[in-house]
Amino acid sequence: MSPSTTAPTALLARAPSTEPSRVARAWRQARHRPASVVGAVIVLLFVATAIGAPWIAGVDPMQTDWKLIRKAPTFAHPFGTDDLGRDTFARVVWGTRISMQAGVFSILLAIAVGVPLGLVAGFYRGTLDQAIMRLTDAWLAFPFLILAIGLVTIMGPSLTNATVAIGLGATPTYIRLTRGLVLAIAAEDYVHGARALGAGDVRLMTRHVLPNIVSSLLVQATISIPIAIIAEAILSFLGLGVQPPAPSWGTMLNTAQQFLETAPWMAWWPGLAIFSLTLSFNLAGDGLRDLLDPRDY
Amino acid sequence: MFDFLVQRAAISVGTLFVISMVVFTGVRMIPGDPARVLAGTDADAAGIDAIREKYGLKDPIPLQYLRWVGLALRGDLGHSIRTRESVIDTVATKLPITIELAFLSLLIAVGIAIPAGVLAAVRRNTVWDMLASGASLGGVSIPNFWLGIMLILFFSVQLGWLPASGFVPIWESPLDNLRRMVMPAFVLGTALAAVLMRQTRNSMIEVMSADYIRTAYSKGLTTRAVVFRHAIRNSLIPVVTILGLQMGALISGAVVTEQIFVVPGFGRLIVESVFTRDYPLVQGVVLITASSYVLINLLVDVSYSLLNPRIRIGGTPRES
Repeated sequence: MSPSTTAPTALLARAPSTEPSRVARAWRQARHRPASVVGAVIVLLFVATAIGAPWIAGVDPMQTDWKLIRKAPTFAHPFGTDDLGRDTFARVVWGTRISMQAGVFSILLAIAVGVPLGLVAGFYRGTLDQAIMRLTDAWLAFPFLILAIGLVTIMGPSLTNATVAIGLGATPTYIRLTRGLVLAIAAEDYVHGARALGAGDVRLMTRHVLPNIVSSLLVQATISIPIAIIAEAILSFLGLGVQPPAPSWGTMLNTAQQFLETAPWMAWWPGLAIFSLTLSFNLAGDGLRDLLDPRDY
Repeated sequence: MFDFLVQRAAISVGTLFVISMVVFTGVRMIPGDPARVLAGTDADAAGIDAIREKYGLKDPIPLQYLRWVGLALRGDLGHSIRTRESVIDTVATKLPITIELAFLSLLIAVGIAIPAGVLAAVRRNTVWDMLASGASLGGVSIPNFWLGIMLILFFSVQLGWLPASGFVPIWESPLDNLRRMVMPAFVLGTALAAVLMRQTRNSMIEVMSADYIRTAYSKGLTTRAVVFRHAIRNSLIPVVTILGLQMGALISGAVVTEQIFVVPGFGRLIVESVFTRDYPLVQGVVLITASSYVLINLLVDVSYSLLNPRIRIGGTPRES
């Protein structure tokens, strides 16, 4: 029997004492997992870069200069310049903002749509559950990227539409995850207890079920966000996401592919930026998973 | 068992039905007029009207849908607007290329992932384990299209060892075919290898702590015999099912990989049909992709329940 099935009073009595131990555990974890800490710090650096792009970039990422076409990295242009003489460093810095926006907002959308659907399906079971799950099955039958490509084709290529398409592509994962968790939690004694005390459905769902699945959703988000960031880069690379001249890492790589022989640096930096951001997210996510979900992986 | 199969098959048929409706309405929501595309740029209003009449585009949408499904069930998905070739024939020429690519990438992925996963599990918490886990994390994180570009930069541009793009059918020259397929297959296999490695390691660790492994050791068998004869075989069961579930990722990966290496396969066909607004082709290709995905999932579920009788309709074997 798990500790969460003990009587509500016991839970209440134990609640204050768990807080310091959680902090202590976080600290212990942090010391045992230096890689996760490094990952988290790099993610935060990327967030800071996204927010502070205008100050960090220094020059205008869209300013072309015909005298500076495809120049190798120098002190003035540490990442070199591109086919239109634009500063690659400034474009990579501004691209951070686009990638972060697409990665975070698409997953927020997936959570906003998927969690209520999964919650309702798992909580009420029956016909409603069946209907939602068949819809999810059909939804999942389209490979993530194919679905995103299809949706962007219908809506037209832009950053907002790419974000929406990626978000809707990631939604079924959240429906399934939430439903599975809710099925397990709704069977717990404390939920039955709360119902016996007169709690309504909405109160049960928001006060008793939802708080218990937040950590699992958070862990899933750290897995989904890097996937969404790569998906945005792919859509832009295919010409279905952010449109030029806006500086997106995917569009930059698309252009760079034409100049591999004469200007290879154009391909290095945007890809390196995606790689380090997704790697850091995954490292930080691994740590978070151990922290919030202490099962052995 | 029979009830389970019937129930599971019925669910798949239902899913396919929903998919066909989604695909049909989805394609109709793509901006642009298919009759105008069909008629070409120099057609007048009367010409466009004649085309609408000819292809039944004036009929009510539900009727159009029923006609399309009726033909699709008989294996007729219509003709491409651009090439006038039948959709089925187009797919039939493109699909083998992608299947070859997928097969090669699977070979690469399995060849890397299973030995690495077993090694990491047997030598748990050693340098080997850390190396394998690090490589797996890198493989999951690296954007495959960038990896492709970097491989081209290194092996084609810098060293000049491999051609950067193009395709040679395997029956024309197997060697030239392989020289062009090895980089795309490696790119496609990396992400798969990373996932498989992690799964192999976890499942191997679980198996190694089982009672019958302890029994095998206490019989006096060497570690080598225990690992190779007892542990690997049992730990591969979940790995095989994971393989099935990775098919969607493989199709998505093929879209990008074929684009970078200019491989004229199924993935490139999807992108091309979308870009050229070739409605019948988009409709057919997406329907085939989704249907095969449903079919693979059905097979995975069934094989899973055959391998593990504890899983029945109430369980969630497809948890992802």
